[in-house]
Amino acid sequence: MRVMAQVAMVMNLDKCIGCHTCSVTCKQAWTNRAGTEYVWFNNVETRPGQGYPRRYEDQEKWKGGWVRTATGGLRLRSGGRFQKLLSIFASPVQPKLDDYYEPWTYDYENLVSAPLSDDFPVARPKSLITGEDTKIEWSANWDDSLGGTAETLANDPILQKLRKDSAEQIKLEYEKSFMFFLPRICEHCLNPSCMAACPSGAIYKRAEDGIVLVDQDKCRGWRQCITGCPYKKMYFNHRSGKAEKCHFCYPRIEVGLPTVCSETCVGRLRYIGIILYDADAVTKAAAVKDEQKLYEAQLDIMLDPHDPEVIAAAKLGDIPDEWIEAAQKSPVYALIKHFKVALPLHPEYRTMPMVWYIPPLSPVVDLLREQGHDAEAPGNLFGAIDALRIPVEYLAELFTAGDADIVTLVLQKLAAMRSYMRGVTLRNERDESLAEAVGMTGKAMEQMYRLLAIAKYDERYVIPPAHRDQAHNLEEMGCSLEEEGGPGMGGSGPFGEASGGPVPVAIESFNALRDRATADTAASSESLRDRTGDTNWDGN
Amino acid sequence: MDVFLWGVLPYLTAAIFFGGLWYRYRYDQFGWTTRSSQLYESKILRIASPMFHYALFVVLGGHLVGLFIPKNWTDAVGISQEMYHLTALSLGMVAGVATLLGIGMLIYRRRTTGPVFMATTKNDKAMYLVLVGALVLGMWATLTGDHTATGEHHNYRETVSVWFRSLFIFQPKIAAMAASTIQFKIHILVAFLLFASMPFTRLVHAFTVPLHFFFRPYMIYRSRPKSVESTHTHGRGWDKIGTPDRQKKGDDVYKP
Repeated sequence: MRVMAQVAMVMNLDKCIGCHTCSVTCKQAWTNRAGTEYVWFNNVETRPGQGYPRRYEDQEKWKGGWVRTATGGLRLRSGGRFQKLLSIFASPVQPKLDDYYEPWTYDYENLVSAPLSDDFPVARPKSLITGEDTKIEWSANWDDSLGGTAETLANDPILQKLRKDSAEQIKLEYEKSFMFFLPRICEHCLNPSCMAACPSGAIYKRAEDGIVLVDQDKCRGWRQCITGCPYKKMYFNHRSGKAEKCHFCYPRIEVGLPTVCSETCVGRLRYIGIILYDADAVTKAAAVKDEQKLYEAQLDIMLDPHDPEVIAAAKLGDIPDEWIEAAQKSPVYALIKHFKVALPLHPEYRTMPMVWYIPPLSPVVDLLREQGHDAEAPGNLFGAIDALRIPVEYLAELFTAGDADIVTLVLQKLAAMRSYMRGVTLRNERDESLAEAVGMTGKAMEQMYRLLAIAKYDERYVIPPAHRDQAHNLEEMGCSLEEEGGPGMGGSGPFGEASGGPVPVAIESFNALRDRATADTAASSESLRDRTGDTNWDGN
Repeated sequence: MDVFLWGVLPYLTAAIFFGGLWYRYRYDQFGWTTRSSQLYESKILRIASPMFHYALFVVLGGHLVGLFIPKNWTDAVGISQEMYHLTALSLGMVAGVATLLGIGMLIYRRRTTGPVFMATTKNDKAMYLVLVGALVLGMWATLTGDHTATGEHHNYRETVSVWFRSLFIFQPKIAAMAASTIQFKIHILVAFLLFASMPFTRLVHAFTVPLHFFFRPYMIYRSRPKSVESTHTHGRGWDKIGTPDRQKKGDDVYKP
C-alpha cells in the first residue's frame, strides 16, 4: 500500500442553475489571454446536449481514454507509443476549432468612433482568430437550456447510445422533458490518459496533492494529450504552441483557498477535500474487466482516513499530519465513500476521474410536479425514480457506465432525505423507516442533509495549506516575463488585453494579490502587466 | 577564399549551430515548440506534413550514406558506381520530389489559410526560404552536378564526401571540396545557412524528437519544486515567443 493524497471535488448537480458564473470567473482568472480565447477550463453544459467541444463523449471518433486489452492490461484508445510517434506529424484525431467554436469579440470602437449618420452604429462581431468580421454560429454553451435542440439534440452521443440500446423508440419530445446542467473541469484523474499520451513527458501529477499539470517548459506542442483526454479538457494554446489545462487553481489551493470556480459558485454546489488513495492499486482497479464495476473499483482504492493502518502508511509516505486530519474531515470523502451519493463522470474511460457528481434528482421531481403530483411525498418520488427510466438511464450512462441500479439507489437516498427532512421540518417527526429503506439511519440522513443543504464555507472546503516550511516559496517572485523582449512586453493588441502578446500562465500567489490589494498606493502599470485577469484588479 | 569557405565556415557554422542550440535549450524552454497550426487547418496538413517529414527522413538518410560511407567501401563489397548512383538517384529523386511536394503544399496552406498565414512570423518566412532553397539546390546539384563546367566527369563522393569526412578530424581537405562543381558548392553554402539559423527558428523541434517516450513510464509524479524560480527559463532574445498579434494592415493599435 502506497498512500497518496489527492485534492478532489464533488459537485451537487441538483443545485446547479446553469448561471455560468464558475465558467466566467475561471476564464477571467486563467484563460483571458491570447491563444486561449476558445478555452474554457471550466464549462457548464446542458444535458441532454452535445457538450463542449461538440460530441466529445463519442470516443469512437475522438479516441480518448483507455481500453482494456485482451490480456487484462490497459492501452490508450488512440494507440500505443509506436503508433503515436509514427503519427506525430499530423495528430490524427485532434478536434478542430469548429468543434469548439470560433471565438469572437465585438468592434465596440465603432460605437464611439463612427461618424455622424442617420443609422445607429453597430458593434460587429469580429473573429478573435482572424480579426475579420465573423458570423457567430456556435459557442461553448450554444445549446444552453435546451436552446435549439430541435436541430441538435439528436447529436448527443449519450442519447444516441441509449436509443441504440433501448428496444423502444425514445421520442424527441420525451427527451426534451428533462434537463440538467453539468459543470466540468479537468478531472485530475488518478490514471490520466493525457499524461500517458504525452510524448515529451511534460504532463505530471503532483505528488503532494495529485493535481495534474503541464510543464510549460517541457511541452513541445505534439498535441497527443488533446486526443488522449476523453473529457477533452486539454487545450492547445494556438499562440504559444503549448498545451494548457485546468490546474485546480493550485496557487490558491496551496494557501488553503478553494478554486475560483468553487469560490464564486452561486449555488454553493462544489465541495473540495482530500482523498487518500492507494497509488499501487490504481492500474489494477482501472483495468477491471466489467465497465460497470469500475465505480466500485475506484471506491475500493480510496482509503479510510480513520483506519490506523492507513494513517501509519500515510505517515510513512510523508503525508503531513494536517493533511491526514483534513482527509478525515473531507466533505468529498463523506459524499463519495461514506454516503455513496457522489458518482464519477464516465468511469468507463478508465482514467479514474477525481471530480465526482451527485446526480440530480430534479429531472425526476420536475416531471412529477408537471404531472400534478406532490413531488416530495416519499411514495411518489420512489415510484417515479423507478418509473421514469429515461432520466435515470441517461444519468447512468454519464456516471456508472450504464448501471441504472447504482443511480437509482443514489436518487432514492436523495429522495428519502427530502422526505425525511420534510417530516422533521413540518411535523417534527423522524421517520426512521424512510432512512432504512435506503440502507441508512436517521442520524446519517441528517448528517447528509447538513452537508448537502447547509454546509458552510469551511465545511465545503477543507483544504490544508501547503507545508509551512515551504510557505516562503509561495511569495510572488520577480517575474521573468518582464525582461526586455520577454512575452510580457507585448502590451495590448487591437482587441484589448486578451489579444495582446501571449503571456504564459503567470504564477501569482494569493499572498501577492493580497499585498497588492491592500497596498496604500496604486499598483504600477509595470506590476499589472502580467496579471492574469480581472480577479486581481485592485481598482486602479 | 576556398580556405575560408571550406576550412573556416564549416566550423563557424557548427559553432553557431551547437552554441545556439545550447543557448536556446538553456534559456528558451518555453519557446521550444512545434507551434502547430493544426487547430486552424487540418485537411491539407494531414497529408502534407507526414509526406514532408517522412520524405525528409529519407533525404537525411541519403545524405548520411552519401557523405559518411567512403566510395572504396562500397567498391569493396562489389557495388559498382553505376549501381550506387542509380539507386541513390532514383531513391533520392522520389524522396526529394515528395519533400518538395510536401513543403509546397504546406506553404500553399500557410499562404491561403487566413489564420495560418497570420500565425506566420518573419522568422518563419525566412526559415522557409532557406529550407526550400537548400532542398531545391540539392536537387539541382544531384541532377546536374555530375559534370563540371568544363564537361569533365564529377563524382561528389570523391570530392564533397571526402572533404566532409575530413572536417571531423579537423584536417579539412579543402582542395577536395574546391574541386567540386558550383552546384554542390552553392547547395552546401545554403545548407550552412540553414544549420546556422536552425537553433533560432521553429526547426528546433527536430532536436527534441520524443524518443524517450518509448522508455518512460506512463505515469509521472513530480513533487512541487522547492523554489519556483529555478524551473523557469528566461526566453530567447531575438524575437518574441509565439505568433504575432492578429491585426490587418492599417488597423490602429489602441494606445491609451
